[in-house]
Amino acid sequence: MMEQWADWALNTAESRGATFADARVMDVRLRDLSTKQGRVGTLAESESLGIGVRVIANGSWGFSATDRMTREGIAACAAHAVAVARASALAKRGDVVMAPEAAYRDTWQNPFVKDPFQIPLDRQIELLLAADFEMSRVPGVTLSETSMQFRRIEQWYASTIGSRIHQIKMQSGAGIVAMSFAGNEIQKRSYPASFGGQHQLAGYELVESFDLVGNAQRIAEESVALHKAAQCPEGERTIILESSQLGLQIHESVGHPIELDRVLGMEANFAGMSFLTTEKLGKLRYASDIVNVVADARLEHGPGLGTFGYDDEGVPAQCTDIIKDGLFTGYLSNRETAPVIGLDRSGGTMRAESWNRLPIIRMTNISLLPGAWRYDDLIADTDDAILMETNRSWSIDDRRYHFQFSTEIGWEIKGGKKTRMLKHPSYSGITTEFWNSCDAICSRDYWTLWGTPNCGKGQPQQVMGTGHGAAPSRFRNIRVGMAFAKG
Amino acid sequence: MSPVRKSAKSPHAAHRAARRVKGPAVAEAHLPSEAEMRRLAERVLRLSQEADETEVEILAGADALTRFANNVIHQNVAERTIAVSVRTVFDGRTARATTNKTDEDGLRRVIAASGELARSQPKDPDLLPMPRAQKYSKVDRYFDDTASATPAYRAKAVADVCALTAKNRQTAAGIFATGASAMLLANSAGLRAAYRQTHAEFSITILEPDSSGWGKAGDPDLRHVNPLELAAEASGKAEHSRRPREVEPGRWTVILEPAAVLDLVGFLFYDFAGTAVLDQRSCFNNRMGKKVMGENITLHDDVTHPLQSGPAFDGEGFPRQKVLLVDRGVPRNLVYSRATAKKMKARPTGHGFPLPNQDGEAPVNLVFAGGKTSVEEMVASTGRGILVTRLWYIREVDPYEKVLTGMTRDGTFLVEGGRVVAGLRNFRFNQGLLEMLSNVEQLGPAVRAAGEESFEMVVPSMKVNGFHFTEVTKF
Repeated sequence: MMEQWADWALNTAESRGATFADARVMDVRLRDLSTKQGRVGTLAESESLGIGVRVIANGSWGFSATDRMTREGIAACAAHAVAVARASALAKRGDVVMAPEAAYRDTWQNPFVKDPFQIPLDRQIELLLAADFEMSRVPGVTLSETSMQFRRIEQWYASTIGSRIHQIKMQSGAGIVAMSFAGNEIQKRSYPASFGGQHQLAGYELVESFDLVGNAQRIAEESVALHKAAQCPEGERTIILESSQLGLQIHESVGHPIELDRVLGMEANFAGMSFLTTEKLGKLRYASDIVNVVADARLEHGPGLGTFGYDDEGVPAQCTDIIKDGLFTGYLSNRETAPVIGLDRSGGTMRAESWNRLPIIRMTNISLLPGAWRYDDLIADTDDAILMETNRSWSIDDRRYHFQFSTEIGWEIKGGKKTRMLKHPSYSGITTEFWNSCDAICSRDYWTLWGTPNCGKGQPQQVMGTGHGAAPSRFRNIRVGMAFAKG
Repeated sequence: MSPVRKSAKSPHAAHRAARRVKGPAVAEAHLPSEAEMRRLAERVLRLSQEADETEVEILAGADALTRFANNVIHQNVAERTIAVSVRTVFDGRTARATTNKTDEDGLRRVIAASGELARSQPKDPDLLPMPRAQKYSKVDRYFDDTASATPAYRAKAVADVCALTAKNRQTAAGIFATGASAMLLANSAGLRAAYRQTHAEFSITILEPDSSGWGKAGDPDLRHVNPLELAAEASGKAEHSRRPREVEPGRWTVILEPAAVLDLVGFLFYDFAGTAVLDQRSCFNNRMGKKVMGENITLHDDVTHPLQSGPAFDGEGFPRQKVLLVDRGVPRNLVYSRATAKKMKARPTGHGFPLPNQDGEAPVNLVFAGGKTSVEEMVASTGRGILVTRLWYIREVDPYEKVLTGMTRDGTFLVEGGRVVAGLRNFRFNQGLLEMLSNVEQLGPAVRAAGEESFEMVVPSMKVNGFHFTEVTKF
């Protein structure tokens, strides 16, 4: 049926005068479970089926989406997309030009072992309640929360150049949080990561691998212990970032600045622009020599939230070098922006949140490639530093120069040993100065492909999942403590 | 042209002319009537015979957005959506399932899914019976002219703005969105609540090689959104912030325009939830009844305020009450869903989220009391300070002291000797919100403000002493 719906849309668009059209039918199923203080909180499922039709007419873009999946409804939607494109042409400078791309007929699905929608609900709830119980019974814990989220996305892509692509993606994620309020502080610890936990393109086996129950007591005790921990100092220090925090650092200070739509001003009103103007390509020393970053949507990179077979304009998944031996070498592009900087092909990064949203350039898996260090050797090699774990807040300016992050917990490293706990750790800096100060990256044994399920971009805003591989890494001469500076 | 944003919003001749441009209207063509939504809801209630209780919420939307950058339209989108969300109760257990498949099979499946979810969990001892029929305050926020805006109308307005910008040798990026939404809530206890609203939004960033300016407005009524006026304001800000200077961070007197105030105080809204206090995650824990802000800060939640928007009922269909949250610097009241009110021995205020949820409730129609000092007068009374147009990427650093971090953006100006004298490079701030609201020296008239970090609220501009900028960026 999906194929027929898409064909109806393309036929109408062409008959109304579109010179190019593509249609995306998406059927999205979502399950959300959460607990709080030993009780079930959210228990919800949703499904959404619809079609989004993108056209070029009169040399301009139009897009329309509907969930009225009748022949009449889809034809009206496609006709409306053409009318919208003709209106767009009222304020155009030239016709849309796209990099060439072949037509593909293919089916793709990410591998998974256990379909999370087939796991009995009571078993999933039982696991969350058990982790919740382990946290809430720790004296001093004032709030315990757990959550799981599963998403199954089936989509059919068809275009007037002849592509017919069927994809199914299964996504799973879970996390737990313990909070402790005492005096004038609310302290918090999360596992395996903050703000919803860890998410990948995987089945229920991912959730089982976390051992949520086994880690619950530890993080609960840390949330209470933080009240008595020393305050993170202010000043210039060496820092070591564990991998989930470094994943978010990559997201904000590499992933966003390399989006070519942002660089070219298309996101200027909301998400902002980028300091990575096009003359810097191949010239800017983005980072120190040991830093290599790729944008890799291929399955062989791992089951990240940026993994797929084809992007949402029918371009196959690719790997692009972003930073090679410290040099800035690549952007995230689509069929429209690639020719602007002289590329002969799109980098394949167009994705849409759902059927009712226009695909835009999104991060795929933007990953820091592993280095050579063993973790214990890195600690032993560090004389005086602060180790920071698990993101608590993040902020960066609209051109992606100046950032500030804080983490839930820190540890002082003295004389090659992890010593006392620190509360309120934070660090800040300028993107290129920060990456040029990197002098050690741990090896693949410590490398994790983290999922950021909540990246917002575009107008209307779209939330998208992105992947970020990282291993613990060391950075020198970083400004720490400004978030809590008294001034 | 002054970089100071003027609050006046009036219908404009160009707007009226543009409205005459013909084309298919998204909202008019696709939004279902209230009668159609009622029929759909009754069908769901009839089909859900096994549940002890059933609630159905129908949400429909018809939205369109024209997006421009580099002085041309580069995206132009429209969508029509409907969702049927069903909550069933079986023996003290409840859960929700949602679909946009509204045929008989789709409805039967969503009811069954809700039931399966509900039965799979332990009993909820706090679950209350669904509320019976209620009476609501009348709010009228649907405007035919807004619903009937066409792609060609939006494109014409954008073309006019881009022509103005090109003439000024500047570059514009922004959006012009119009649409309508409708909802209907019905339950098996006899409650029926319906609401429909239109909305219009225009925002614009004007760029020069080393500076930028910004303006934004959102309103249920398109006549209160004036693209050319907003473009002219943004253009002036970009022009006046050319060749930005860098000044030292530290404690500064700041004049925050309404958008900047909105995006900061928006971080407070959940702290007023009864559930947030019960969970000990609110900054008002142990602070209710104590003076934690200045005498000049008074805050209500009031869905009926003429500058507010949204339905006069909450996620369960309970009527929203007007609540005094802060009285002259003292937090006095919280808001409560029915279940939270019972736990906290309070009266429900009609601010609950749709059930089941673990967050409880929140005020969503915040109205700050304003003052009489215009932004121009604030500038004139300032020896040395910084005028801030908007803020960006604000995040909470400390939830109890309510320390927020973020950046200034698109129009940051140095004020000296009562005048705006230069544009400035943007700052990072780390500022406690309660501390900031204790240091407000002057307030402007409260207006419906639009930002990017918070939903729209009614807030004034503020002159604040000792605002903490911690670092400066490169532009």
